[in-house]
Amino acid sequence: MTARPLNRRRRAAAGIVGLALAATACGTGGSTASEGEADADASLPAGCEDYADYAGSSGTEVSMYTSIRDIEADRYVQSFEEFEKCTGITINYEGSGEFEAQLNVKVQGGNAPDIAFIPQPGLLQRFVQAGKVMEVPEGTAENVEEFWSEAWKEYGSVDGKLYAAPMGANVKSYVWYSPSQFEEAGYEVPTTLDELMALSDEIAGSGKKPWCAGIESGDATGWPATDWVEDMMLRTAGAETYDQWVNHEIPFNDDAVVEAVDAVGAILKNEKYVNAGFGDVRSIATTSFQDAGTPILEGECFLHRQASFYANQWPEGTTVAEDGDVFAFYLPSESEDSKPVLGGGEFVAAFADRPEVQKVQTYLSSDEYANTKAEIGDWISANTGLDVANVKNPIDQLSVETLQDESAEFRFDGSDLMPAAVGAGSFWNGMTEWINGAETKQVLDGIEESWPSS
Amino acid sequence: MTTAAAPVSSQSGAAVAPPAAVPMSGRVKKKLTSRFATVTAVVIAVLWTVPTAGLFISSFRPANDIRANGWWNFFTDPAVTLDNYSEVLFSTSAGSGQLAGYFLNSVVITVPTVLFALALAAFAAYAIAWIPFRGASWVFIGIFALQIVPLQMALVPLLRLFSEGVSIGETNIIPAPELIGAQRFATVWFAHVCFSLPIGIFLLHNFISELPGELMEAARMDGASHSRIFRQIVLPLIGPALASFAIFQFLWVWNDLLVALIFAGGNPQVAPLTVRLAELAGTRGEEFQRLTSGAFISIVVPVIIFLALQRYFVRGLLAGGLKG
Repeated sequence: MTARPLNRRRRAAAGIVGLALAATACGTGGSTASEGEADADASLPAGCEDYADYAGSSGTEVSMYTSIRDIEADRYVQSFEEFEKCTGITINYEGSGEFEAQLNVKVQGGNAPDIAFIPQPGLLQRFVQAGKVMEVPEGTAENVEEFWSEAWKEYGSVDGKLYAAPMGANVKSYVWYSPSQFEEAGYEVPTTLDELMALSDEIAGSGKKPWCAGIESGDATGWPATDWVEDMMLRTAGAETYDQWVNHEIPFNDDAVVEAVDAVGAILKNEKYVNAGFGDVRSIATTSFQDAGTPILEGECFLHRQASFYANQWPEGTTVAEDGDVFAFYLPSESEDSKPVLGGGEFVAAFADRPEVQKVQTYLSSDEYANTKAEIGDWISANTGLDVANVKNPIDQLSVETLQDESAEFRFDGSDLMPAAVGAGSFWNGMTEWINGAETKQVLDGIEESWPSS
Repeated sequence: MTTAAAPVSSQSGAAVAPPAAVPMSGRVKKKLTSRFATVTAVVIAVLWTVPTAGLFISSFRPANDIRANGWWNFFTDPAVTLDNYSEVLFSTSAGSGQLAGYFLNSVVITVPTVLFALALAAFAAYAIAWIPFRGASWVFIGIFALQIVPLQMALVPLLRLFSEGVSIGETNIIPAPELIGAQRFATVWFAHVCFSLPIGIFLLHNFISELPGELMEAARMDGASHSRIFRQIVLPLIGPALASFAIFQFLWVWNDLLVALIFAGGNPQVAPLTVRLAELAGTRGEEFQRLTSGAFISIVVPVIIFLALQRYFVRGLLAGGLKG
């Protein structure tokens, strides 16, 4: 259905450009696959040998819809340039802040994009169950098999079938700090949770507050606190219980969850620990997450737990490096042996199965693309084919190392896996209330009740 | 900031005035012009203007200052820069701004929409009011009732009409229009005009039906056709109502985000300012200082339109609404 306008344009474009018209254009049915490929190869411009697998769809267009915009969107567009030049496939990139709601409308309205980057496996699952998402083509499946860990593959699958290859990734289990400040005061980067608490006590003992935090984020206020809880869940209860919790196999107000939230409370609700540079515990709820870490630069705050993407939030001129103004360390677990990693990422779902769409899908899941995109900067992937040497800035290098660490156990951000009513609703609100003084048990009971019954 | 205060006070005046029946109007007028009322109006105007003024001041502050502290610090520590404006208007990066192009898109969306809606609503209102045909009042009631249907309900079906056409069973009755690139402006026009017609027809009908019937009869005696009566008698007389509806429609379409998002999407060829504005702050809001200047660029046109035509606005709205 959506193919119609494209087909027409495709013919027109092929006619104008005069590219191997007979074989590549509208597929009249007579030409065999081998003929098509041979001709297509011949039409590849020089220097495009790497793209031979994706040839044969010159003059076609693929629409792409994502939640990523601004400078990061520019970088995506830039990363497609060579692919577009070589294969003749035009990628129309569109990023929107209303991605989640709009994608739904577009799909319902028969106007679905060819490809969407879906950051929530839960949302992907909904579209798959509605029968809208195409299964990945063979080439993509092979790439995912080769380059991604079992956990990542699982998050892109529904009922054992792979529907979306993973794309970008970020690591959430980080604590931001100022290396120079640590050095001056003689603090060591902690390697266990106990050491972290001991360090917090030490800083608090020196008359300063160690932690700064902020969970305000417009209509998504509360999400940074849910990340805290998820990270603690992985540490106090373990990955298996975490999975059960996310899939609602144990209730939301289970004792394990209460324990994890209280462990967060030992930091976020401790008047001696927070909220450095802003005020008391309640100020966490009114501090925007974008600003929450800035007291570190002024020496007022020592520790700030936030994802790797927080690197872009520092004011211009801040050096993010191990020997720079700020850097991050891995939020330690209870012992040095276990290394649970909380993270997020996007998945490439296709709503059409035209050959050019499948070619783009396969290209995006390849290691070549991961390296091309990483070289442009500020982007990482859990693709194991990604060479750390191609990653420019230190925080991204650290993230890639964390993601590729054999001993690390990756888990996806739980609130993106839960039903939207909880993961993008009551969980956020509940944590905001909790910061504002509500009791742990009472808050978790409320969230449990809001879990959709079907 | 007195400019922004003016519409506020006149609006609050308008909101109070309608219930005043004729014998009471003198008393109401006296009450409204008392010193107390004036002070209240000024206080309300100031309160309403403070956030806007803060935004305006912020738009001239350096990005790091905006992040660090509130706009009121401007008075103790004034630092003025036009960086925010130049960044959103003229930057070369596709990600940050380039509002100039979207500004044009907004104009291309708004102006035709207003004209189409005005023309269609005026024709329909005249026909319902002065061309006697069976069921005219039922048609009017139907249109009136359509106002209560929220436009959100129509979004998906309308989008489907544009992407798939209309089919009953397997037969395709209306084929999909296959609009590409800038042709997609048509879908936005169409959607906006559809959504504005019920209120437009209602407003203009009330105004047109109040015109003295003798005028029409006399013209018809002289052999004027309906089209001629409409052009030469009705149109010149309904100026204020047309103007008020035009402002209404203009402000609504210019500030609309929902319809534009759905029918134009983020496609730089057709997306208006509002869509761009919503995306300006970056994926995680890291560039929110751009919103200050971006907002003011998008406000400029509606403010000019409103100030230029505001005397029609109140007059025309009342004229249509008072009919009862």
